[in-house]
Amino acid sequence: MAEITLKGLAHSYAKTPSGAADYAIRQMDHIWHQGGAYALLGPSGCGKSTLLNIISGLLEPSQGDVLFDGQRVNELPPEERNIAQVFQFPVIYDTMTVFDNLAFPLRNMNTPEYRVKPKVLEVADILDLTPLLGRKAKNLTADEKQKVSMGRGLVRDDVTAILFDEPLTVIDPQLKWKLRRKLKEIHERFNITMIYVTHDQLEASTFADRIAVMYEGQVVQFGTPRELFERPAHTFVGYFIGSPGMNFMAVEYRDDQVMFGVQPLPVSPALRHAVANANATNIKLGIRPEFITISTHHTDESVPVEVANVQDLGTYSLLTFILNGQTFKARLPEGHPPVGKAAFARFDDAHVALYIDEFRVETGHE
Amino acid sequence: MNNKVSNNRAWLLVLPMLVLVAFSAIIPLMTVVNYSVQDVLGPNASFFTGTEWFKSMLNDSALQAAFVRQIAFSLVILAIQIPLGIGIALIMPKRGWQASAVLILITLPLLIPWNVVGSIWQIFTRGDIGLMGWGLRELGIDYNITRHSGDAWVTIVLMDVWHWTPLVAMLCYSGLRSIPEAYYQAARIDRASKWAVFRYIQLPKLTNVLVIAVLLRFMHSFMIYAEPFVLTGGGPGSSTTFLSQALTTMAVGQQDLGPSAAFSLIYFLVILLVSWVFYTTIMHMQKDKPPQGGA
Repeated sequence: MAEITLKGLAHSYAKTPSGAADYAIRQMDHIWHQGGAYALLGPSGCGKSTLLNIISGLLEPSQGDVLFDGQRVNELPPEERNIAQVFQFPVIYDTMTVFDNLAFPLRNMNTPEYRVKPKVLEVADILDLTPLLGRKAKNLTADEKQKVSMGRGLVRDDVTAILFDEPLTVIDPQLKWKLRRKLKEIHERFNITMIYVTHDQLEASTFADRIAVMYEGQVVQFGTPRELFERPAHTFVGYFIGSPGMNFMAVEYRDDQVMFGVQPLPVSPALRHAVANANATNIKLGIRPEFITISTHHTDESVPVEVANVQDLGTYSLLTFILNGQTFKARLPEGHPPVGKAAFARFDDAHVALYIDEFRVETGHE
Repeated sequence: MNNKVSNNRAWLLVLPMLVLVAFSAIIPLMTVVNYSVQDVLGPNASFFTGTEWFKSMLNDSALQAAFVRQIAFSLVILAIQIPLGIGIALIMPKRGWQASAVLILITLPLLIPWNVVGSIWQIFTRGDIGLMGWGLRELGIDYNITRHSGDAWVTIVLMDVWHWTPLVAMLCYSGLRSIPEAYYQAARIDRASKWAVFRYIQLPKLTNVLVIAVLLRFMHSFMIYAEPFVLTGGGPGSSTTFLSQALTTMAVGQQDLGPSAAFSLIYFLVILLVSWVFYTTIMHMQKDKPPQGGA
């Protein structure tokens, strides 16, 4: 059992951090519940690997506490935490056979050999490594090696959490989904907390029940893949999740209207009210490309736009248009009638989100 | 049908290289082969002897003794320098100015020419003015490399260890630096002991540099000449006369071209053979063993 709690956690690689920029992890609180499948998603350098290494104990946080089931473990080295970690590049012990590799953590704990063997065979069976047990680990393919390093985490009975640090980076694309399915299977079979670090939203959403999106050392949103898509809590989540990401417009309230530059936007009264009372200078409206409707006729809810290009992506087309000098993306369903240079865009009211100082504000207009 | 273009002029492009190799290696070697099967009495007087020189060389008891001495010397210095080199590499600082400082300090002996190393140790071990010789005498130890063959041996080994262990250490150090941090982290999570980390991560990752180190040190030590020559002159008696010195005495000192040519070839083949056997064995060890029943 392990519920991992991060309390007031912050980390800086500098000895005397002077500003927010010096922090790899900004102050945060977070709870990973026992048995969950989580993903830590974010771009390179957002601090996700740092956070993972703090949880595994390879790094000691400069501030705050890491709690395992309420017990402070800050000073405990990784070998004394009941965790396993799978790294970006498969770590295997070259000179040993696959069997010895899997048995290694058990033998290090002086497990009697009669208990090592059944456990190793069991794990090898789950990971489809049985035919390879007698082979030298050095001569395996990358995905087999990665399975071996995963297996070393699974053989130990005391492991309550497995941390994955971009484990599929070196795996061939065709094998990625296979391994991902294997991970899912393992998660369902064992009652193990899994935290999976990745910068690939597809990987994160197929593996995890809940995703923590990290940006500049902070978890900006923690939610299900669906929530991240439908209600991004931060402009970064909107931009990072989805392909392409959310469109944003910096707006202001002028002459009783929500203005995007010189263009008044036809928005719902609730949203207009929220913008009017925002009391901030950084106000943005976000809309996903999926919720922009393009037509050739003008209506009260639409704004005139200049179409730049249409890209046919097979099952849908991606339309790029320019509004107020800014580029927007809209997704056109298959079979959408062709559009000319001038068109009209309608932003689906229910899916226009308000962001004040980059964070989402609920307006109740939906 | 055969639709190959039969144009062999491309071989001409190989010619310059061939000429170069011929002059740098093939012709000199063949000259030695030529001498080894002849008895050269004068510029125009020589006759064919067949394998006679080879037989007499292999049966020469002085050379046999030098050969045994040589093997013993190479084995001893390998047994000391390889573990010592690994050990030094393991405790060397990994980063910062300390790492650079230690690297420079360690490399210094490698920069000293062989003759100079011999001279340094010759003076170092003198009983009257040498620090070590004088020091040991003051401690009441009867140390004299010109009189006791044991002392001479120990000193030569010590000198070679001092001169060449840094090479092994540097090779190992570079090998250790190239091990990704994740291996150490994974080992910690797998609760590996320090010894297990060394045995299953560091040592296997060092295999390639160690093969190079052993080969270099073997070849080098097997051909050692200048240092013992300057330090002991092969003495006392012939206790530190190694193969190179025996060869030089024969070829230059006595002008026995035939026998020394035969001897050179045997010498060369022994080094080649040992290196080849060693390399093949190591490479073979890394392959998968044929599948055995059950794990």
